[in-house]
This record gives sequence, structure tokens and C-alpha cells, in this order.
Amino acid sequence: MQDDIPINTIDSPTVILELIYRLKIKDVMTTALITAKRTDTLRHIQALMKENYITGVPIAEDQRLLGIVSIDDIVTALDKGYIDDVAEKRMTRNVIVLEDDMPLSFAISYLNKYRYGRFPVLNKARELVGIITSKDVIRTLLVEINREVLRLEKKQSHTTPEDSAVRELQFTTTHYDFEGAGHASTEIKKALKELNLDPKLIRRIAIASYELEINQVVHSYGGTITCSIQGDRVIITAEDTGPGIENIELALQEGWSTANEWIRSLGFGAGMGLANTKRVSDEFTIESTAGGPTKVVSVIYLKQVKEQDE
Amino acid sequence: MKISEVIRSLNTEVVQGQFEDTELEGAYTSDLLSDVMANAKSAGALITIQAHKNTVAVATLVNISLIIICNSRPIPEDMIEAAREEGVAIIRTSENQFMTSGRLFNLLGCR
Repeated sequence: MQDDIPINTIDSPTVILELIYRLKIKDVMTTALITAKRTDTLRHIQALMKENYITGVPIAEDQRLLGIVSIDDIVTALDKGYIDDVAEKRMTRNVIVLEDDMPLSFAISYLNKYRYGRFPVLNKARELVGIITSKDVIRTLLVEINREVLRLEKKQSHTTPEDSAVRELQFTTTHYDFEGAGHASTEIKKALKELNLDPKLIRRIAIASYELEINQVVHSYGGTITCSIQGDRVIITAEDTGPGIENIELALQEGWSTANEWIRSLGFGAGMGLANTKRVSDEFTIESTAGGPTKVVSVIYLKQVKEQDE
Repeated sequence: MKISEVIRSLNTEVVQGQFEDTELEGAYTSDLLSDVMANAKSAGALITIQAHKNTVAVATLVNISLIIICNSRPIPEDMIEAAREEGVAIIRTSENQFMTSGRLFNLLGCR
């Protein structure tokens, strides 16, 4: 379709995928909202559109979304001769909305899936907080892609190939990319299986890597999961770029979680991730500062089997 | 009891039927994936309503060989594909987790 945003939300280059999962709808939407009351006439709304160069006006009351009037509705009203009717009578009531917490990828698939030019955005309390159009999406993406390309160009000139004696596997994770979540752990598990390790050990390593991987997908801006297989131990290192943990002690407590409803409905965010990881580890360290990166290291010895698994 | 026998006894829809027909060692009922990771038995069944790809990832990591989706939850195509790749069986029932757990409890002779 000609109006589609030509970005595939599943198999685009990693840099693009990271972008559209990292950015949230609230980072992209227009917050300077122009709304109308349900008692306003369509003629008044038409004037609003003309003045502000917009093509759709949400009808709201106390931040609650009641419906939407689009330019198509206005054209039809002029044609059928009811331009002086109040909005309430003619507005579209079943409005498809987005949530401000969702990743940008949702906006792209919605814009491509439904034939609407705009989607009102609600917050968790179901209050109308913004509106998003394909123009918003494209503008933000161009800015971000430029920044990303610049960063990659710089990075390329700095990296030097490194050699290490130990076997190392590294994977990147992306914020809110539940499609790709689990990939690192599955690959790590496959590599360990080839080494013919005790299945109980493999299970413990898999638990540590999966929990840390999901933590990054749910809570961080994205990061890397590294599995280093050394002679007598396996070291799983999870490093992200932020936003850091405010209170590590709380975060380690079983049942404590900052995950939102949407994440919980997927079966995550039970507040067991770090506790589970610590339980299966022989050595466990976590470093984090609020606003900074987080680094978690889980070491599992290959020689002795922890008692709980006997 | 073999997975295939359990499936036959439950008499319900087979969503993904390509798997190694091993002995089922038990079952675990939970909708929290972290909880499944921590507590599910190896070579057991998972009774859940979490019908998405991540459930298969968790199942693979802790060696769960059969996923039972309750309450006739819709199952996305990418979940079925992932399960086929990993050889994890998926069946779906209209009953809830309590009823399904009860049936498995009896079938596997846990009494």
C-alpha cells in the first residue's frame, strides 16, 4: 500500500528493530492536543481543522475520549447537509487507540493495518494524553536513524577484533522485543548441550541466562548477554545501557517488581527473575546505579553440583 | 505414561503433534513464566493459559515436553512453529487449569 510506513516490524535490520522497540509511543506522539467538546458543531470542528492544519479531532470530556471526527466525516456532512449537527451525533465512537507505554512498533503496525491516519493515545488511567500520525512516526524515525548511523560510523572506526582463549557467545537484547526474547538462552543451551554437560547444570545455566535476558527485554533500554564457557565454570554476564536500578536490595526480593500490567499479562514481571538467578548461581554479583547501566554476573561451577538439585 | 497416551486420554485438540513420544514425569500448573522456570519438573507437562512464543522458550529451557493450553485460548502461529522446531507438543482444552490439573493428577497416578 502506498500509505504504508515501509518498515517491517519483524525482520528489519537490528538497528531499526532496536529503535522501534526502544522508542515508546509517548516519545513520538503529539501532546499539544486539539480536541473538541461533544456539543461542538461539525462546522466548528471543520474550522479547527483548517486553522491547525489537521485532519482529525478527538472529542473529549475531562481527558476522557468519547469519539473522533475526521476530515472524511466533515466531507460527508457537507455532502449530506448536516454540517451544523453536534459532534456527539455524528462522531465515530469505536475509536482504535494506542497506549503511551507501548513500543513504537505498535504504532507502525496499527498505521499499516488499519486505514486511519491517526490514533488517539491513552495512558494507563485511560486518559487521553496525545495523538499519533504517520508524520510523527516518520519524523522521529528519521531523527533517530540519523543519530544511530552517526553512532555506528564512529563505532566502526574504533573496534578492533579480539581473540580469546575461552569460548564466548554474545547476544544483544532489545527493549520490549518479546518476539526475540529467549533467543540468547536457547542458543546458549544448544552450545552447552554439545559439550555433554550434566542436564541439571545446563538447566541452571539456562535459568540464569533466560531470567537475565528477560530482565533486559522488560526493564532495560537493551543490552548484551554474554556466555563465557571456561574450563571449570560458565559465566553469564548481562550488561545493559540503563536506566539502572534504584534499590538493588528491593530488586533482589522475591515478588518485588516494577513491571506494568501489559508485561504481567504476558506472564512476566512476577518479581522472581533476579531471585531465581541468584538461587541457581554459585557466584552472583550485581552492579547498578539509578540512571546508569546495570551489570549482572552469574557464575556456575561445572565441577560440583549444587545441593538443591541433587 | 507416554505423552501420546496422555493426549489420547484427555481427548482434546492436538495443536502441535510433532514430538518425541517420551514418558511424562509429572506436571506443573502456572501462568508465571519465572515460576515455571524455577519450579517445573523436567520431562513434565505445563498447564497454562500463556499461549505465546515465550512459553515455548521456557518449556525448552527446562525440558517440558507437553504444553496444555486451557480455556480454549487462541494460539498464535509463531508459537506453534517454535514448538514444532523444538519438538514440544501442544494441546488445547476448553477446560480451566484446575480441571485439567485434576485430570492429569489422576492419569499420572499422583494420588
